[in-house]
Amino acid sequence: MKYLKETPSQTAGPYVHIGLAPGAAGFDIYREELGHDIAGPNPKGERIRVEGLVIDGTGSPIKDVLLEAWQANADGHYAHPEGGGEVEEGFRGWGRVITDFETGEWGFDTVKPGRVMGRNGRLMAPHINLWIVARGINLGLNTRMYFADEDAANAEDPVINLIEWERRRATLIARREDRDGLPLYRFDIKVQGQDETVFFDI
Amino acid sequence: MKPAEFYARDRRWHPPALARDYKTSVTRSPQYAAISLQHSASELTGPVFGHNDIDAVDNDLLANYAQPGESPIGERIIVHGRVLDENARPVPNTLVEIWQANAGGRYRHKKDTYLAPIDPNFGGCGRTLTDENGYYYFRTVKPGAYPWRNWVNDWRPAHIHVSVFGSGFAQRLITQLYFEGDPLIAKCPIVATIPDPQAIDMLIARLDMNATIPLDTIAYHFDIVLRGRRSTLFENRLEGN
Repeated sequence: MKYLKETPSQTAGPYVHIGLAPGAAGFDIYREELGHDIAGPNPKGERIRVEGLVIDGTGSPIKDVLLEAWQANADGHYAHPEGGGEVEEGFRGWGRVITDFETGEWGFDTVKPGRVMGRNGRLMAPHINLWIVARGINLGLNTRMYFADEDAANAEDPVINLIEWERRRATLIARREDRDGLPLYRFDIKVQGQDETVFFDI
Repeated sequence: MKPAEFYARDRRWHPPALARDYKTSVTRSPQYAAISLQHSASELTGPVFGHNDIDAVDNDLLANYAQPGESPIGERIIVHGRVLDENARPVPNTLVEIWQANAGGRYRHKKDTYLAPIDPNFGGCGRTLTDENGYYYFRTVKPGAYPWRNWVNDWRPAHIHVSVFGSGFAQRLITQLYFEGDPLIAKCPIVATIPDPQAIDMLIARLDMNATIPLDTIAYHFDIVLRGRRSTLFENRLEGN
């Protein structure tokens, strides 16, 4: 069998916004930029906001990051032919966000995902898959964000339990806060060093 | 039936996280090993895009930011090819996005302060969906080389950034396209993050005279390969992978 090799990755560079978020680069070109609306107009479930920083090995926020989020709807279905079931009209489950150039803060509005069936019939805890690219990152980093108010589900999550170092599991759990009555999950991602976030080779 | 998993990524083929000659990677590379994850729906599925998401002109960088009757300055090129998987099967209906500097190496980005001028008729981004055979094309101008603060006298080769989705989130890929014969390729620390010369060669678009339009536009050919899907005797669909 003759296989092809995968095209090798390269960094997205500092000007990734030109291609993937041109409004942030400073110009309007497309009728509609993709990835602004994750859950659509009428999502089931609990509306939430997610915010955080991506932090480098010196403890400084990375201010030219682009993140993509991929998540199930409140029923635990992905908006994909193999996603486990139907999703509501307009629910895409995918979003693209960039950091503020001054502060490094990023954030998105979505709904809390339901539990998705994992391998061997074991339910996974609610989670949002994240993919991170930036200048200085040669191959996109994959991680998952879990929810601090899902202790029971997190405790039996097959992916969290793959992490042999129990203290590292906490790096994947977003802290729940309340902002004007809206649930806010805070998720800082530490790319390197003390309390480095767990990344996955998927 | 369980959906087939993607082949494991060859992490010796891709650039490592830490490549010291590309200085920014020093503080932006994880020190712990990544946790290997066998796939579930979270990795096997990914966003689906359709023609409602984009406009027909979005793949034409000669036109998508130009004033009526005008066009950007520079070498007019077509960049075209197919998106395939590692089994050499086409990846249809997948989103390909590109971005690049103008003919002088200047990006239309508020953070780019290079003294080469902005081209008023050039935005520098495009997007398209592959057709049923995995084929895509863009029209643009050939980008110029670009200086950057790495070593004191570093210049990026002419390049176009390329982003591709595939059908599952695990296939998500961003890379850079270079141009055949460019002597800056061999000098670039970002190119050199890739350890294998054969892997670097996959990023070099070939001059394609047969696709060139005489008296109009030069063409370059660039195929993109995404991760393939495994099948086993028991999980195999009758029609194969």
